Amino acid sequence: MDGAQLTQQIINGLTLGSLYGLIAIGYTMVYGILRLINFAHGDVLMVGCYIAWFAAVQFGLPWWVALMGSMVLTALLGVIIDQGAYRPLRRAPRISALITAIGVSFLLENLGLVIFGGRPKAFARPEVFNQIYEWGGVRVLSLSIWVPILTAVILAGLLLIIYRTRVGMAMRALSRDMVTVQLMGVDTNRIVAITFALGSALAAAGGVFWAMKYPQINPLMGILPGLKAFVAAVLGGIGNVVGAMIGGLLLGMAEILLVAWLPELAGYRDALAFVLLIGILIFKPTGIIGQELPE
Amino acid sequence: MKRLLPLILTTALVLFSGAALAADVVKLGVVFPMTGPAAVYGQNGVKGLKLAQQHRPTVLGKKVKLFVADNKSDKVEASNAANRVIQKDKVHALIGCLTSSNSLAAAPVAEKAGLPMLSPWATNPLVTQNKKYIFRICFIDPFQGSVAAKFARDYLRAKSAALMIDISQDYCVGIAGFFERAFKKLGGKIVLKTHYNTGDQDFSAQLGAIAGAKPDIIYVPGYFTEDALIARQARELGLKQPLLSGDAAQAAELIKIGGKAVEGLYLTTHFDEKGVTTDSGKRFVKAYREAYNEAPDSVSALSYDSYNAMLDAIQKAGGLQADKVATALGRTKDFPGVTGVLTLVNHNAIKPAVILKVKDGQFAYVATVNP
Repeated sequence: MDGAQLTQQIINGLTLGSLYGLIAIGYTMVYGILRLINFAHGDVLMVGCYIAWFAAVQFGLPWWVALMGSMVLTALLGVIIDQGAYRPLRRAPRISALITAIGVSFLLENLGLVIFGGRPKAFARPEVFNQIYEWGGVRVLSLSIWVPILTAVILAGLLLIIYRTRVGMAMRALSRDMVTVQLMGVDTNRIVAITFALGSALAAAGGVFWAMKYPQINPLMGILPGLKAFVAAVLGGIGNVVGAMIGGLLLGMAEILLVAWLPELAGYRDALAFVLLIGILIFKPTGIIGQELPE
Repeated sequence: MKRLLPLILTTALVLFSGAALAADVVKLGVVFPMTGPAAVYGQNGVKGLKLAQQHRPTVLGKKVKLFVADNKSDKVEASNAANRVIQKDKVHALIGCLTSSNSLAAAPVAEKAGLPMLSPWATNPLVTQNKKYIFRICFIDPFQGSVAAKFARDYLRAKSAALMIDISQDYCVGIAGFFERAFKKLGGKIVLKTHYNTGDQDFSAQLGAIAGAKPDIIYVPGYFTEDALIARQARELGLKQPLLSGDAAQAAELIKIGGKAVEGLYLTTHFDEKGVTTDSGKRFVKAYREAYNEAPDSVSALSYDSYNAMLDAIQKAGGLQADKVATALGRTKDFPGVTGVLTLVNHNAIKPAVILKVKDGQFAYVATVNP
């Protein structure tokens, strides 16, 4: 492998990693605040993609309108899921909510199959993201440059909300002790709803960029990015939004470099991701920059 | 009135017998992937079967009923679905599955129940091997792989090839192996073999490795979604080599998703409306276009043929006894299918392959290769 090829593979890794990171941010935020692993995150992402597809491909709206619309509607879906599925279990053991999340995931996948059908749909990539730049044999898609920038913006916005607003303060407090926060007069249901709305909007954003990079969507498309984002979130320290971004980049890079050096083993790249997950859970369960758990 | 009388009588007969005796219905179980990654094939296959049923609704004076069971493109679900139609719907014979992996999972179920099963599209040789009741209406991958290798060497003048293999599909692993063997035998060189799994969406690393190996062609005998994404990413990474694929790439979605990137992609397959040779084939193309307003593909044509071959076998057997139907199926000879005239040898069909190329957003006919 010469220098240009290695550079190309590193760029491939950064591209994939930043997409994993973008999706992992939403995953980890919901966990950080509610201590709920929302296994339906990948499927919420899928719904977001379909909404954007209807808006952009069917109705011909500009891509950013489609993206915004998809984020708003998906946020609404997140709130509905929370109200319908998780709210009745707020006081139940954590495992019940986890199992419900898996149930919601199956529900969304199969609803998707019934409503949208199993045939994949072609997703459009807007011209802005479809430019290819080339330097010395290394080719970069403009989308691959935009995704990390947008991810950084989203990350900054999220940190601003969590650390600089009253809602954010309530969110942080909620993650420590829900009952006490309630006693202090905070409307916890509202805060939880906002958390889900934010998490789902992030899923939609991640999904739309994912679908622009890999331009096909189908009702089961959320499973793989969802799982990978989960691994990325745990890798970076679940609950930590900056960690999720770093975890995503590391995972993407690891996957690509494994295949780059050992193309014969390319079929095991998913296995590699899950071996990483197991390894991190055994040796450093708090992840790379996660804090020690209070309990 | 005289001419109408038989019609009225048959109608009355069908109506009465259909209502009175369930045994007077021929039940065909259809185990197809209606959802999941192979959903496109399943849905097109059912279109072909429905058309066949419309054209030939009865056999031995009995009405034919289809029991479609979704195998969700999944191996475990395929054997479950086969069990379901056999035990719950009490079907007399099975048509299915489509993909080789699903057929390999469902075949033992049919074999154990002692029911004839006819696969329209499973090309992996293992599907029918050492089975008494399992048959197929398509050619097998040793043939398809060697056709692809010969095409790559003679027509594309390729000296070297890189392989990209979907290791979660028995079909892909099988055909890639047969291609490799044939390509090497013809003096070609395999410079790189790399793998992926069904459902993968990022292929940049594999393609990056292929770019380094600089092959003359890339052989990607995968399913259309992955093939389309591979083609797009290959072109984005600046790879200009021709792509060559197999019959699983023949779906309208390949072009919808792949767009400009799949232009010039070649594939070996079973059927194309422009390569039709038989009269029944021409009638089928016309009827299919009228019914569904789109061109038939290999799966719909092969499903149509499977239905008719199964009914012919039941006709010849003179009843629904599984053993007799299976024997008759195995003796299918010079069957005038819409995908060509075919004969079953050792449970597999011997018939020509078609080579297509994506041109101007459509599949264009290139050549027919006889066995």
